[in-house]
Amino acid sequence: MSPREIFALRDHLGAELKGRTLSDAQTSVSLTDILSQTVLGGRLRELSGRCVLLRLSDQLRSGLAMIELDGIARRMLLCPPDLNPAHLDAVIADAGIDAVVTDEPDRWANTGFALIVTAHVPLQATAPVKTERATEWLMLTSGTSGVPKIAGHTLEALTGAIVAEGPARGPAPVWATFYDIRRYGGLQIFLRAFLSGGSMVLSDPHEALADHVARLNARGVSHISGTPSHWRKLLMSGSAAQFAPGYVRLSGEIADQAVLDGLKAAFPNASVGHAYASTEAGVGFAVNDGLEGFPADYLGNRNGVEMKVVDGSLRIRSTRTAHAYIGRNAAALTDADGFVDSGDIVELRGDRYYFVGRRGGIINIGGLKVHPEEIEAVINRHPDVRMSRAKSRRSPITGGIVVADVILADGSDPARAKEIRDQILDQCRAQLASHKVPAVIRFVEALDVTPAGKLARTDA
Amino acid sequence: MSVRSKVIEAIQQIAKEQHVTLPALSDDLSLHETGFDSLAFAILVARLEDETGVDPFTVSEDAAFPATVGDFVRAYENVPA
Repeated sequence: MSPREIFALRDHLGAELKGRTLSDAQTSVSLTDILSQTVLGGRLRELSGRCVLLRLSDQLRSGLAMIELDGIARRMLLCPPDLNPAHLDAVIADAGIDAVVTDEPDRWANTGFALIVTAHVPLQATAPVKTERATEWLMLTSGTSGVPKIAGHTLEALTGAIVAEGPARGPAPVWATFYDIRRYGGLQIFLRAFLSGGSMVLSDPHEALADHVARLNARGVSHISGTPSHWRKLLMSGSAAQFAPGYVRLSGEIADQAVLDGLKAAFPNASVGHAYASTEAGVGFAVNDGLEGFPADYLGNRNGVEMKVVDGSLRIRSTRTAHAYIGRNAAALTDADGFVDSGDIVELRGDRYYFVGRRGGIINIGGLKVHPEEIEAVINRHPDVRMSRAKSRRSPITGGIVVADVILADGSDPARAKEIRDQILDQCRAQLASHKVPAVIRFVEALDVTPAGKLARTDA
Repeated sequence: MSVRSKVIEAIQQIAKEQHVTLPALSDDLSLHETGFDSLAFAILVARLEDETGVDPFTVSEDAAFPATVGDFVRAYENVPA
């Protein structure tokens, strides 16, 4: 009947399932018999053809439910843990949700949903099922305010970059990520672990970083991803010394040279790469030469991903992008030619493009537009700086000025603060236009990172 | 340190950073003659706010910017503690 064969997640799990696990801080689930087990209490059949909201309080059951539902449900909407409950109704309406998978069935008792399925571990035995359809995967964008947008994907689009890279060489990887797997960056790692024949170690937002690293070690994690903010936090924690991954990946924020160099120094035996991906644009490319930015010849058509720069922002067209925003008043996801405008502003210097910031993150300094990320990248180059955040502050004279909060690297002598501040300012004056040089630098102990792993920019 | 010496020190620090050669800072020197541009004044006001806890030009209802160095210093001296 179907014009071509449909592969769901269960069909990708691979012939060899022995010795593979999906684990979090509490529970480890063996994949050996995963295709004849159920997290849904054996009620998968009832969800056939439905539009299912996956609203679970942990990643483990979410991941197990994804494996079961893909190829059976018509749609599944992944809810990241930080979804504002006030936005849930709008999201449910836009996605046409008619069934809920939850671990808190009481909460849904009087909500009018006829079909509420409770997810349980330990798993129960069930008869394996056959893939029925290509399920639409709905993911929420991680914007900071307002109702998140819903991006529609297929498993084929989500796994395009993984399939293109082919199977992992060498021993089966054990993947981990600091992301939540219900976010695009985390889901990529979850899918990568399963398609590559490996295992996956999930993060836990309530776990101390040192305990998390101990768990990564105990589980033999070889491949791990996170945002530059996640990685800076790890480098600052003093826990990195106990950890020796083989592959370290950054995505989700600009990977500047300072964080790439910091990771290379902390993990001398690891390959360190940064990837460009977003919920809407999918996986664009990976950069593995240890340098920030990307080679200019990545533009054009490369491995089926077409990229161009229009008005400074990176535009991407490929089979890995989301196919639409979902909902009644959803905007178009692509332009007329099928390109997704990423909103990420790049600048060509020599034969390389560098990310300078988000179009929506521009701060206004006396009428001039400034990307805070560009300033942070210069500040972060100082050897005593681990992390920084530039923002605008109201000024009665010019309307706005740049100020920066800076976290010093471990072991920097606080008595040298004034000297370090002067050096940072010298560095900024040498490399930035005068209005971009911070007027005030404050040394702080911590900077807020959002649940999605990105530096919080509430005033941007 | 007196408010006056804090203000003068901040002016001198910013002049050094901005490569501005200051004339002698007498009270009747017009701010224009200091060689500071609006960005340098914006930096000065922001740093003094961090140091003294006040921004007299945003707080004051009479938000007219002072004309001379003496007026500028007095704007900080006259803020009720």
